[in-house]
Amino acid sequence: MDIEKFILAAITTNPKKVPCGVAVFHCDNKEEMEKITTNLEAILDGIAHSLTDELYVIVKH
Amino acid sequence: MSEYTYPIFFGVIVGTATRIYMLRTDYRQYPTYLHGKIIHVALGFIAAGLGTVAIPSILEEEFTAITFLTLAASQFRDVRNMERNTLNELDNYELVPRGKTYIEGIAIAFESRNYLVIFTSFLCTLGYLLFNIWGGLIAAVIAIFISTKLMSGGRLGDIVEVEYFEPRFDGPGLYVDNIYIMNIGLAERQKEVLRYGMGFILKPKNFDSRATIANLGQRQAILHDVSNALGVYRDSGTPALVPLAKRDLDDGRVGVFILPQENDIEKAIKIIKKVPTLENAIRMPKEREKKLEER
Repeated sequence: MDIEKFILAAITTNPKKVPCGVAVFHCDNKEEMEKITTNLEAILDGIAHSLTDELYVIVKH
Repeated sequence: MSEYTYPIFFGVIVGTATRIYMLRTDYRQYPTYLHGKIIHVALGFIAAGLGTVAIPSILEEEFTAITFLTLAASQFRDVRNMERNTLNELDNYELVPRGKTYIEGIAIAFESRNYLVIFTSFLCTLGYLLFNIWGGLIAAVIAIFISTKLMSGGRLGDIVEVEYFEPRFDGPGLYVDNIYIMNIGLAERQKEVLRYGMGFILKPKNFDSRATIANLGQRQAILHDVSNALGVYRDSGTPALVPLAKRDLDDGRVGVFILPQENDIEKAIKIIKKVPTLENAIRMPKEREKKLEER
């Protein structure tokens, strides 16, 4: 079975909401979170999706 | 020179000319390259020759010569495979791919056009031999007219109504009218999408067309053609900037989101309406009901 979509990284400002089994980037505020997400999106060639205001995931489609 | 020389020349010339006419490059930009065209003109010439010599073979009662047509059929099937393989390879490097359904449609068209050339040359030579050159010319006009009719399929504008809707965000969700397209998290990316993005709703005119536009290959063909004609605001490494088409499950409408470089609504609507209805995407679930009712 081929997995077509998978989470490459998670970026969060809330350490309590950290998912397991994926690279996590902790940020101090939303501004930093947006900056890191923008860079990671370009580096990983994935799409940044917002799950909540405190949690972004980069997904390979 | 035998009595068949001029009719054979005539059939071959008309057949090859028909193939060149059917090979015109249009907004889909295929085939644009010279060598690709030479291959198809050369195959058209062979097809014209085969169609033409069939008539003298029948008149001379050389029926075994006709079996060469079966050989031609297998050759032209190879043309389909060649086109399919080439386009599949090229598709990996497209910013907005054609998709396999569209590629299959193009490959089928290339094969079938060679058969149309055989048919044209066959009729022209028959007309010339039965009557005279004027008979051949009349047969040529009829055959070219039939070929033109057969080579052009349906258009999307025949089966759907197209309406423009400005894309909008509800939180991170991108919408065209009320159809959800995708989740875009970054505010910066959302601004880009709102700046360059355009949304269209395709409303099916009947139940059959609802099934046709639901086909993923048909939807990809729309995205490819529009992006091809209007340009696309996209590059490698920006996967969030991707044109998409999603379906409203309640009523079968399709929301098309595109990122053109030229933001011309009227032109985009015109292009969407001119997208070919792919043979492999056409569904007619109501056709069977109609036939059953007629019985």
